[in-house]
Amino acid sequence: MDVQLWTWILVGLSFALYFGIAIWARASSTQDFYVAGSGVSPLANGMATAADWMSAASFISMAGIISFIGYDGSVYLMGWTGGYVLLALLLAPYLRKFGKFTVPDFIGDRYYSNTARTVAIICALIVSFTYVAGQMRGVGIVFSQFLQVEITYGVIIGMAVVLVFAFLGGMKGITYTQVAQYCVLIFAFMVPAIFISIQMTGNPIPQLGMGSQLEDGTYLLDKLDNLHTQLGFKEYTDGSKSTWDVFAITLALMAGTSGLPHVIVRFFTVPKVKDARKSAGYALLLIAVLYTTAPAVSVFARTNLIETVQNKAYAAMPPWFKNWENTGLISWTDKNNDGKIQYSNSDAVNGKPEFKESRGENGERLVSNPTAYGNELYVDRDIMVLANPEIANLPNWVIALVAAGGLAAALSTAAGLLLVISTSISHDLLKRQLKPDISDKQELLAARLSILAAVLVAGLFGIYPPGFVAAVVALAFGLAAASFFPAIVLGIFDKRMNKEGAISGMIVGISLMLFYMIRFKTGFFWLEPLPPSEWWFGTSPEGFGVIAMTLNIITSVIVSRLTVAPPEDVQNIVEDIRIPSGAGKASDH
Amino acid sequence: MESRSNARAYWKANLKYLLILLSVWFAVSFGAGILFKDFLNQFHLGGFKLGFWFAQQGSIYVFVILIFIYIHLMNKLDKKYGYSE
Repeated sequence: MDVQLWTWILVGLSFALYFGIAIWARASSTQDFYVAGSGVSPLANGMATAADWMSAASFISMAGIISFIGYDGSVYLMGWTGGYVLLALLLAPYLRKFGKFTVPDFIGDRYYSNTARTVAIICALIVSFTYVAGQMRGVGIVFSQFLQVEITYGVIIGMAVVLVFAFLGGMKGITYTQVAQYCVLIFAFMVPAIFISIQMTGNPIPQLGMGSQLEDGTYLLDKLDNLHTQLGFKEYTDGSKSTWDVFAITLALMAGTSGLPHVIVRFFTVPKVKDARKSAGYALLLIAVLYTTAPAVSVFARTNLIETVQNKAYAAMPPWFKNWENTGLISWTDKNNDGKIQYSNSDAVNGKPEFKESRGENGERLVSNPTAYGNELYVDRDIMVLANPEIANLPNWVIALVAAGGLAAALSTAAGLLLVISTSISHDLLKRQLKPDISDKQELLAARLSILAAVLVAGLFGIYPPGFVAAVVALAFGLAAASFFPAIVLGIFDKRMNKEGAISGMIVGISLMLFYMIRFKTGFFWLEPLPPSEWWFGTSPEGFGVIAMTLNIITSVIVSRLTVAPPEDVQNIVEDIRIPSGAGKASDH
Repeated sequence: MESRSNARAYWKANLKYLLILLSVWFAVSFGAGILFKDFLNQFHLGGFKLGFWFAQQGSIYVFVILIFIYIHLMNKLDKKYGYSE
């Protein structure tokens, strides 16, 4: 059977499974809709958290990025896992004990102030929307790549699917679908990795294969370092970012991870505080399976790529090379007219390749924007995971499986985020602020309507991606680190923290982060972003969250000590959340 | 009043655990994986340079272990102070 047919079958089967679950797990109350009735087992919640967390970016892009930047890619590996330690130790158990539906709920009640709640809602919406737009785009790309439909239709199909299980089931439907999605995505990621590891090193465990010897007795990593040096790259195991920047980005990603509302809200769905701790443990364990395999995939893919193309004739390239060239994600320009591919450390084209209609004498697609540097090959980073099974000559069903896995990853994350957005609107804004007297049934209706609206907006972002989305997704972590993370941690660990301190801290943190982002990354209308040489203390915008977060904390502490202590009953709440026993179901008041 | 001092003692023990576990968290990632990476890279673990291994593999394994140790410690602590349920 060909890849196309396999893809339709596997994607069709997995979607049928998700729909079945969505119908089985319909939500009948706001309890069900927001926090799945607080009745999810820790293991199921761990799986759902893992699927929620691992997005199209983790599944498709991360291993590809690491394979191009080597050691520097460690920031993602450590940052996106280490955050769960902070989450488990500093946040999850206490927020579960507190027992409300959302992060703005906690901020609003702990800081006895609707202003604080509103600031938190705005932060939650900014963070979630930037994130979800990227996911819908990911869904569109996977569909278009594997099912040969237009990206626009891909996004629309994705919207329809997410809508069905989020609309019917709310958190309950999403949680159980995510359990299934975790299984699909991890299976799809591991199978090709294991195959390739056996092929290259004879070791079936990719994590060990990465550090194993090849047939000729050299270690794989040493060989890759050598290849890199020969081609003029830095050694793979050595990075080119400064130590401080690696430090800052890693810390910002960690704090950001534990401050992301769609991750935190998952811990409201388990019955007890004890279960919240346990499910954070399961979540990280299940995430670590992918995160320790990804760097191995990067090493395999990088070595395979260099060996396949370097100094080989274009005419002798395997079919995958030409297929991806046809989709525009690979380009080759024969700069020295020898008919062979020369790959080295420089840009082959200016930005992305712009293809002409005509083909060259070797049959390659000609580009209109080659550079004068020696490198002849452009490879898009995103294709490493998708093309890996083809590069390694794996059977067609494995290639199709990767498509189903990528879709599971993108859809599960999109669903989780859409729920946070709709909860912010129907619960935090409508129920808690504008119309406190609406009934449970009306609130449920409002929640469903806001999911519908959120899906439409997210879909629009996916079809017409604003240029800033790609740049901003990575910065969503900086924003979360600079705003929520300090407010929540201080709210638990510093009894004296009051509303004046927390609000001014959040505002200082998020505005500084936004300012830095705009100044150095995205630009703003007529304002061009400044070059890296102008960065403050050599900190990249991705790592700046650490500085914004530190200033948030300093501001909060100073302002709180200069103003009156929080009222007695709030101090009692803090005493109470520090004790694990007696957590009821999460409730709305 | 007694429940209050009980709660205080529990909280103090909790903070002590956090301090120890977070020090390990910091040491394996920011220490071994970033700040002392170059120094550690002169040692090898199989085919891995040690600093590189910590940054891309080791720190993640330790993170997982840390959370499970925390779960175990806190369950014991909950029992000792009568907060288990």
